Amino acid sequence: MRPELELISEWIRPGTRVLDLGCGDGALLAYLHERRQVGGYGLEIDSANIVKCIRAGVNVIHADLEAGLEDFGDSSFDYVIMTQTLQAVRHTERLLDEMLRVGRQGIVTFPNFGFWRGRLQVALHGLMPVGKALPYQWYDTPNVHLFTIRDFEALCRHKRIDILQRMVLDHAHQPRLGPRLWPNLLGEIALYRLGRA
Amino acid sequence: MPHHFPPDSVGLVTPQILQFEEPLALDCGRSLAEYELVYETYGTLNADHSNAVLICHALSSDHHAAGCHEGTDPNKLGWWDNCIGPGKPFDTREFFVVCCNNLGGCKGSTGPTSINPENRKPYGPDFPIVTVKDWVRSQARLADRLGIGQWAAVIGGSLGGMQAMQWAISYPDRVRHVLVIAAAPRLSAQNIAFNEVARQAIISDPDFHHGHYYEFGVVPRRGLMIARMLGHITYLSDEGMRAKFGRELREGTPNFNFNFDTEFQVESYLRHQGKAFVDRFDANTYLLMTKTLDYFDPAASFDQDLSAAFHRTQARFLVVSFTSDWRFAPARSREIVRALVRAGREVSYSEIASESGHDAFLMPIPLYHETLHGYLSRVAREVNGRTSEPAHTAVPAATEVNAHAA
Repeated sequence: MRPELELISEWIRPGTRVLDLGCGDGALLAYLHERRQVGGYGLEIDSANIVKCIRAGVNVIHADLEAGLEDFGDSSFDYVIMTQTLQAVRHTERLLDEMLRVGRQGIVTFPNFGFWRGRLQVALHGLMPVGKALPYQWYDTPNVHLFTIRDFEALCRHKRIDILQRMVLDHAHQPRLGPRLWPNLLGEIALYRLGRA
Repeated sequence: MPHHFPPDSVGLVTPQILQFEEPLALDCGRSLAEYELVYETYGTLNADHSNAVLICHALSSDHHAAGCHEGTDPNKLGWWDNCIGPGKPFDTREFFVVCCNNLGGCKGSTGPTSINPENRKPYGPDFPIVTVKDWVRSQARLADRLGIGQWAAVIGGSLGGMQAMQWAISYPDRVRHVLVIAAAPRLSAQNIAFNEVARQAIISDPDFHHGHYYEFGVVPRRGLMIARMLGHITYLSDEGMRAKFGRELREGTPNFNFNFDTEFQVESYLRHQGKAFVDRFDANTYLLMTKTLDYFDPAASFDQDLSAAFHRTQARFLVVSFTSDWRFAPARSREIVRALVRAGREVSYSEIASESGHDAFLMPIPLYHETLHGYLSRVAREVNGRTSEPAHTAVPAATEVNAHAA
């Protein structure tokens, strides 16, 4: 997780305000606060994670992302961040809209279901992909939407969302040559910085 | 034989009284020429007076928040004893904890049962109706007298949470952290309606005598009892009552009697709570406190914009609600959180799963206490200037206190 925090923090201007959707134990916000003097809040639904955030001094608000972000005003944050969460929410499209309503920019990371190993698992063995970036079985996965880098970019085009920056990584969050050349085939994790004109 | 208290208890405590001679101007336009506040403290004030914590009580509780009074049953502990003591969320090794009986109360601070210096008779119904703002003003004077320039934290549940909020609004630079538990930014019509039924029960009791019942040597027992029974229903949740009482008949009642005696367990419980309350609480104080609740509305002075009310606050906030609380439901706490976010304040919010209804804020619910503990241990480090986590002693199972909410 640490390399992902570093990569995201490089995209964030110091002294800005962020909203972290599905902030977990608050590691990203704590990191951004320390390295980038960033303020803001995390939204989280899991009570045990909320206690961890509070202990870490991270502002956390108990919330269900599926209910939208109606408590937050338009453009009230510089960045709205969603790390490894988009594939686990039911109303993906609405949440993307909400993200870019509340935030001037959105930052999204997700596991790429188009990674070659997963394709092979389906094609050769007829099994749903399980791997380092996708460590769940089909019956216990929190992921409710399976999509690839190409799927995501098609949605962005369709919704007229601007992709301001993209980084495609391997499972160790390293930006290697392979994923850069053939992202949808060789990339395991995708990071996007999004905006809306 | 001296009683041995567990290591996480504050042990024996003695209430103290402070007299205030300077008149206190009240929101109602009247003023109190002089008044007394009774309070208790637990723990020790540090050298720079930065570790003081104020606990604000709810409708029917008082200054006796923790420990035990000399000469009383050692199992009869303060109303928030499960939260206050060495190793507990309000760790008395870290904090100097202060809790006072509010003005208008009936447990030692000046209120309707006190003698009015003007006519040497009890105030009774002539005691001015005080507001949350008035309380906070009187508490600020208490802080002055105790040498506390700034509270490390002000905390309260229910009506206590409203006082905590008001502290941040009235005295932005005198409070570092505010913990608002099971509260609301103002009462709903439904809340006021329940209060009105309680008041009418008291006022229509033939023993009420327009509030001058002291002179007749009686108390409006039936009215106060019904008011309390009604209150209790709103403090519990439907599922909590079902789990606790179901439709069980009380002992010795094998079948329906086909009359109006107490038959169901829940009836017996409510009557017991009502009767016990009459012996320890004053009807005029009850009336006054329900009005104080009804009047609380910090947004009213800011064009109905709660976030504008929070705009000048400087404190960090922790807001906590309980899933089955329908008196001040989680949605009411979210209103507070939304206003704080819109005002750009630092806030955390946790919604704790519980079947205990509004009363949950007094219960030793593990996740709730972990939340308070987690937050307050950071406050302790901030004010006591340490960087490492204090060694936590294992806390024995908390004693459940039969103190009731709001």
